[in-house]
Amino acid sequence: MDISQYLEIFIEESQEHLQSLNQSLLGLESNPDDVKLLNEIFRVAHTIKGMAGTMGFVTIMNLTHEMENVLDSLRNGDFKANSHTIDVLFECLDYLETSIDSISNSGEESEIGINYLRDKLQSLNKGDNGNVIIKAENKESVLQKDNYIEDFSFNQYDEELARKAIDKGMKVYKIKIVLSKGCMLKSARAFIIFKTLEKYAEIFKSSPKVEDIEDEKFDRVFKLAVVASEDEKIIRKDIESISEIEEVIFEKVSDIKENIKDFEEAAVTDIDDEELKIKTDNYQDLTIKKAKIGKTVRVDINRLDNLMNLVSELIIIKTRLEGIETQSVDLNMTEAVEYLERITTNLHDAVMKVRMVPIERVFNRFPRMVRDLAKEIGKEITLSMTGEETELDRTVIDEIGDPLIHLIRNSIDHGIESKEERIRNNKPADGKLFLRAYQDGNSVVIEVEDDGKGINTDKIRSKIIDLGLINKSEADELDNNGIIGFLFKPGFSTSANISDLSGRGVGLDVVKTKIESLGGNVEVESVINSGSKFIIRLPLTLAIIQALLVNLSTEKYAIPLNSIKEITSIKAENIKNVQGQEVLLYRENVLPIIRLAGILDVKSNDEQQEYLTLVVVKKGEKNSGLVVDSLIGQHEIVIKSLGKYLGNIKAIAGATILGDGQVALIIDTNSIV
Amino acid sequence: MDGKRSIKQFVVFKLDDEEYGIDILRVKTIEKMSEITRVPRTVSYVKGVINLRGEIVPIIDLKERFNLSKTVLTENTRIIIVYAEETTVGLIVDSATEVIDIDNELIEEPPESIDDTESGNVYGIGKLEERIVILLDVLKILNI
Repeated sequence: MDISQYLEIFIEESQEHLQSLNQSLLGLESNPDDVKLLNEIFRVAHTIKGMAGTMGFVTIMNLTHEMENVLDSLRNGDFKANSHTIDVLFECLDYLETSIDSISNSGEESEIGINYLRDKLQSLNKGDNGNVIIKAENKESVLQKDNYIEDFSFNQYDEELARKAIDKGMKVYKIKIVLSKGCMLKSARAFIIFKTLEKYAEIFKSSPKVEDIEDEKFDRVFKLAVVASEDEKIIRKDIESISEIEEVIFEKVSDIKENIKDFEEAAVTDIDDEELKIKTDNYQDLTIKKAKIGKTVRVDINRLDNLMNLVSELIIIKTRLEGIETQSVDLNMTEAVEYLERITTNLHDAVMKVRMVPIERVFNRFPRMVRDLAKEIGKEITLSMTGEETELDRTVIDEIGDPLIHLIRNSIDHGIESKEERIRNNKPADGKLFLRAYQDGNSVVIEVEDDGKGINTDKIRSKIIDLGLINKSEADELDNNGIIGFLFKPGFSTSANISDLSGRGVGLDVVKTKIESLGGNVEVESVINSGSKFIIRLPLTLAIIQALLVNLSTEKYAIPLNSIKEITSIKAENIKNVQGQEVLLYRENVLPIIRLAGILDVKSNDEQQEYLTLVVVKKGEKNSGLVVDSLIGQHEIVIKSLGKYLGNIKAIAGATILGDGQVALIIDTNSIV
Repeated sequence: MDGKRSIKQFVVFKLDDEEYGIDILRVKTIEKMSEITRVPRTVSYVKGVINLRGEIVPIIDLKERFNLSKTVLTENTRIIIVYAEETTVGLIVDSATEVIDIDNELIEEPPESIDDTESGNVYGIGKLEERIVILLDVLKILNI
């Protein structure tokens, strides 16, 4: 079987699972008795084990197997998770991450530290309860025995289910089905098989998962475990009558009863029905969770771009059809074109939204990072995050991680003081770190704030002079903001100690460059002894915004709706000229008037008109009125960059493609008011 | 030019009556003239942007860029979309005629007098039997 085509899927899925493992472990740390979390962690470890096994990554498989043993003991309450246990589990997670990285880079899993980890995991199990080991080994041997259909063994729940069924006189089979080589619609074929089986039996386990089978995420083989009311012969006959099946292998599971009994005698006391019920409930819980996870699909971003462009083309053609339709008298034609129009509009919206990704993807990794860094340097730090659901374009999401890591490290290392220092200054011993994301008008704002010592501008001032960047008199003239600006200069660091975390003088300048390359900016607010706040403002490049389309002479322009305060019509004669600036007394305030046509070099006849259409836009607290020729209406538009060649043009934020394929420029109100 | 014997392909187009060539590897597509949206506050030879199947592409009037005669739009007017580093740019030309193979040996360094006026836009002069094709360096035209 050629597995290389699945490698990418394996890597991506594993990374996703590891991410959720990370979260669950963090949750477990604060809540060591949470059975749901344990189940979740167990499930993830188990899934990774299964995937790694299929892909032939034995080391990962073995490690996750050991993890399962430990987790199982935890779940059964054989011993409790303490900080050491969690640390070991985190180390396993780290190994898995490294190994997956290594697989994605070189195709080989990493072997570094694997024996050490396995020893640790095993000693966890041994150290606390000798019984556990016996149990684990015993279970192992049970599993070995019925490994007739390979790589498809029952976990404890399955065994209990099977045992119950056998007790009731039902039959339990493992069925391996191999589809023929040329089978075209594998998932449809699988569906037929499932339907056929369901006449006689209930499927309680499948490998790969049912969702994966539905999504055709399997080669030609899948395995099922069923509780059946009929004999093998009857079922087999019916299945074999389905076409495109190469092979069907049945294995009757009958001796599970004895095995379970042995196993119970060796390790634990009788499981009574009550307990069994709870456990099967848990099992159902798990299946529900599984279903949720199965509902995403990973897509290469280039394919999305391609799709987007195709949709734009479709819209152009649609507009042409509309042109033809107006000349046509056929009512059917009109109806069809209207329908087409609705569909293309919806399609357009849908495709645009697909590109947006919640910033959660980036934020996810920070709790762990903060925990580790804080532990390492002996500070106590609580991280609070808000606005994880804020959506940004996928390309920005991919780039924003590193700058944020820099800022967070910076806050932990330079910002938040040591425990002793905090207590001396009458602050709570544990430092607070805030990470917030929210949308503000046309931009997404990300804030990294700490309640640490703040930025000591005097210290920076003297450092700047020491470094000879500017002389003393120049430094004295700079205000605090000007001084803080030096933090973003290359090679500048105020930390006396160079630590592993930061202080090597690379950092803030890198942050700044990166964010500016994304078209954003960074600001700092800092109050000495009460903390500092880094504010990153990112444009919604490629994002979808609501905009007002306006006419200027024959040209169309888009004004972002969220910068618009109101739209009004004014008498031209009410405009006054104050020191060369046109203003209007409007709602008892002086409103500066900007003639958009003038700024955009459009020939307009607004000078002669009696009434002018005015779009009042806001920038912070300041309002201005933009004169336009006429309004077209409100549209949802995609912001596209004008490209590197044209670069930054003042007054133009980008371009958008209108429904009819025309390009309209987007006005950057911030730069003209 | 490295002097090695090798054949390169060029897209040949016309500005007035002169023939020019661009390395075919730099050319993405050749489009018919389409509606150009003017972009304010740019140099005069940047005519604006077009929607090229969902992509916004800036358009340059090559004749205006070279201070030649004024471009008159005809049936033959074409926009040659070229790759320029990470972006694409469209060049308006009077007509795009053919693709030719030129042996590296037949490419001569531009005479200095041309190089002066064209400020280094010319990459070489291709000699093809009776024809002379001026081979352009796309990146230099765009000042990238």
